Amino acid sequence: MSLLEIKNLHATVGGHEILKGVNLTLNAGEVHSIMGPNGSGKSTLAQVLARRETYEITGGDVLFNGKDLLAMKPEEAACEGVFLAFQYPVEIPGISNAYFLRSAVNAIRKYRGEDEMDAMDFLPKLREKMKLLDMDEKFLNRSVNEAFSGGEKKRNEILQMAVLEPKLAILDETDSGLDIDALKIVAQGVNAMRSPERAILVVTHYQRLLNYILPDRVHVLVDGRIVRSGGPELALQLEDQGYGRYESGARGAGSAA
Amino acid sequence: MATATQALQNYEESFSGLEKSVASHEPAWLRRLRQDGFARFGETGFPTVRDEDWRFTNLSPIAQTPFRLVRNGHHLPSLAEVAPHRLAGAGCELVFVDGRFTAKLSSAGKFPNGVKVGSLAAEIAANPGAVEPHLGRYLNIQRDAFSALNSAFIEDGAYVHVPKGIVLESPIHLLFISTAHDSPSVNYPRNLIVAGENSQATIVENYVSLGRGERALCNTVTELVAGDHSVISHYMIEREDESAFNVSTLRIQQGRAADVASHSLLVGGALVRNNVHPVLAGEGGECLINGLFVGRGRQHLDNYMLVEHASPHCRSRQFYNGILDGHARGVFHGRIIVHKDAQKTDAKQTNRNLLLSDTAQIDTKPQLEIYADDVKCTHGATIGQIEENSLFYLRSRGIDEATARQLLLFAFASECLDRMKEGPARTYVESLIRQNLGQITDASRHQEQAS
Repeated sequence: MSLLEIKNLHATVGGHEILKGVNLTLNAGEVHSIMGPNGSGKSTLAQVLARRETYEITGGDVLFNGKDLLAMKPEEAACEGVFLAFQYPVEIPGISNAYFLRSAVNAIRKYRGEDEMDAMDFLPKLREKMKLLDMDEKFLNRSVNEAFSGGEKKRNEILQMAVLEPKLAILDETDSGLDIDALKIVAQGVNAMRSPERAILVVTHYQRLLNYILPDRVHVLVDGRIVRSGGPELALQLEDQGYGRYESGARGAGSAA
Repeated sequence: MATATQALQNYEESFSGLEKSVASHEPAWLRRLRQDGFARFGETGFPTVRDEDWRFTNLSPIAQTPFRLVRNGHHLPSLAEVAPHRLAGAGCELVFVDGRFTAKLSSAGKFPNGVKVGSLAAEIAANPGAVEPHLGRYLNIQRDAFSALNSAFIEDGAYVHVPKGIVLESPIHLLFISTAHDSPSVNYPRNLIVAGENSQATIVENYVSLGRGERALCNTVTELVAGDHSVISHYMIEREDESAFNVSTLRIQQGRAADVASHSLLVGGALVRNNVHPVLAGEGGECLINGLFVGRGRQHLDNYMLVEHASPHCRSRQFYNGILDGHARGVFHGRIIVHKDAQKTDAKQTNRNLLLSDTAQIDTKPQLEIYADDVKCTHGATIGQIEENSLFYLRSRGIDEATARQLLLFAFASECLDRMKEGPARTYVESLIRQNLGQITDASRHQEQAS
């Protein structure tokens, strides 16, 4: 059984169809990348998988670990093992990062019937993960993402992923706004998470991040459909040639349909 | 109209009854104070929404209810009934039942020599000379019918005197209990707090209801005199039952370089008016006015701030946060008056509100009157909802919706907590906030299940 099976997925927002029949299969242990131009539906796909309710599903199925992902609330999807690293992490004044992370870990543990962790058990584990991402201790007591720089916010996303240990990690444009040093640290954090039990879906506009996180498969998403799939070499080709030929193709197909 | 006439008649009967019973023993100055108060109320009656200071609050539920003054024969709560309202870590606890000091339920605590914490009635009887220079000296009965009425019915309340140089570490807890009665009842606590030069203290006023009876009105006034260089924290906690009326006035008189913080937490009551009126009378004074009001159902919570800068080089900060659910209505009216001589005034006012339902409402109104030319005055207000973005972010990490809402509400409320000094009073307020916000999110969960 595949970890994630997306079949003919259609989604709309405000009456506009964004996803127009996406098919994708992801097995545990694999890293796939979804690449595409702006407005192709990459972020929509990522958010639909994390169960954001602003998108209306108008067709298709998504099975996660054999379960109907589209029937889940965001918190249920998270507890089942789906994690989305946000393109724009949200600032939440008044809630400390440490408290937020422990609440999340305990919500998931509770869902799985495990005992909740107290701060004494949790903090050493958290500190260890922070070291891996070269994050300062001061982030523990600061409010979630508040007054973080762009790079700090993205690192904080990867820290959450490392702590929550999802089965499926979706990285939505995690490379945007990162300088090369931050990019390397983030990639190192992601690579440390690669394992035979886990799948990673890297959503990106540029090939840059894929120099550091080598994908098994690359899919090109244009105008709400996957128009081409291939090995890692496809990413390099896209970097060279751009999305132009796929875009005109997609438009042609669109008008013919 | 008949009810309003009946109501006025009740005030007159209550007042003449009180006059008769205290005539033999009360000092002349106090009689004058009470008579002036009642005369003033007789001239004005209750304000209406045509009065600018009461524009957003319709008082007819109070004006038309024939309240009776509770003096005798009230039911004395048991120690067990009072226990849940105690403040852990308080230096002493004075309990007032329907406005009267009740020694049996109170614990005196130990204080340094010269500190007085007790009943105002007892202090007037034993030592009127200490009370006379302050009582009624600061409160303006001309501009407020409730202050006039409270003065007319002065009998008891708390008297706190902290002498020069004394630092009290633990908070003084003043617990005001309104008990249930078969007919509408009113009580008038009157408190006088005098903090000497260079003294420090924390005073917590806590208003609660016990039992379910007819509507009750608590009309309370506190005069707080903060001597030169004193550091005072005052807490006003109002959590009476959902049919109660509470009108409170805190009048602060600040000396030179006095540092006063007024913290308010309003969570109970059907109709609540919270007046905070500091006068920065000495140079270099600092005043923090910090508050949180949380309303649901059909609660009406009105906050009226009047900050008077009367001396140069003073600083005032107002921060009020409101959370309103259901059909609740909130008011924040922040008035700042900078007098002619109050140069180098630095005054700031911020009111932030969260509306949790389409039917909740907030009226927020800044009012700046500046008669000096070298001042810095700013104000700002925001009205918003719980952000879908924040909610989704928390939920995407496995936190269920109700808990996520509660976290976000608490984060909003904790802006007010963060302005309180660490200690038993803050811990107490924090636990009340958690308890209260838990009820709000529980209620919305029930609504969701019902729909």
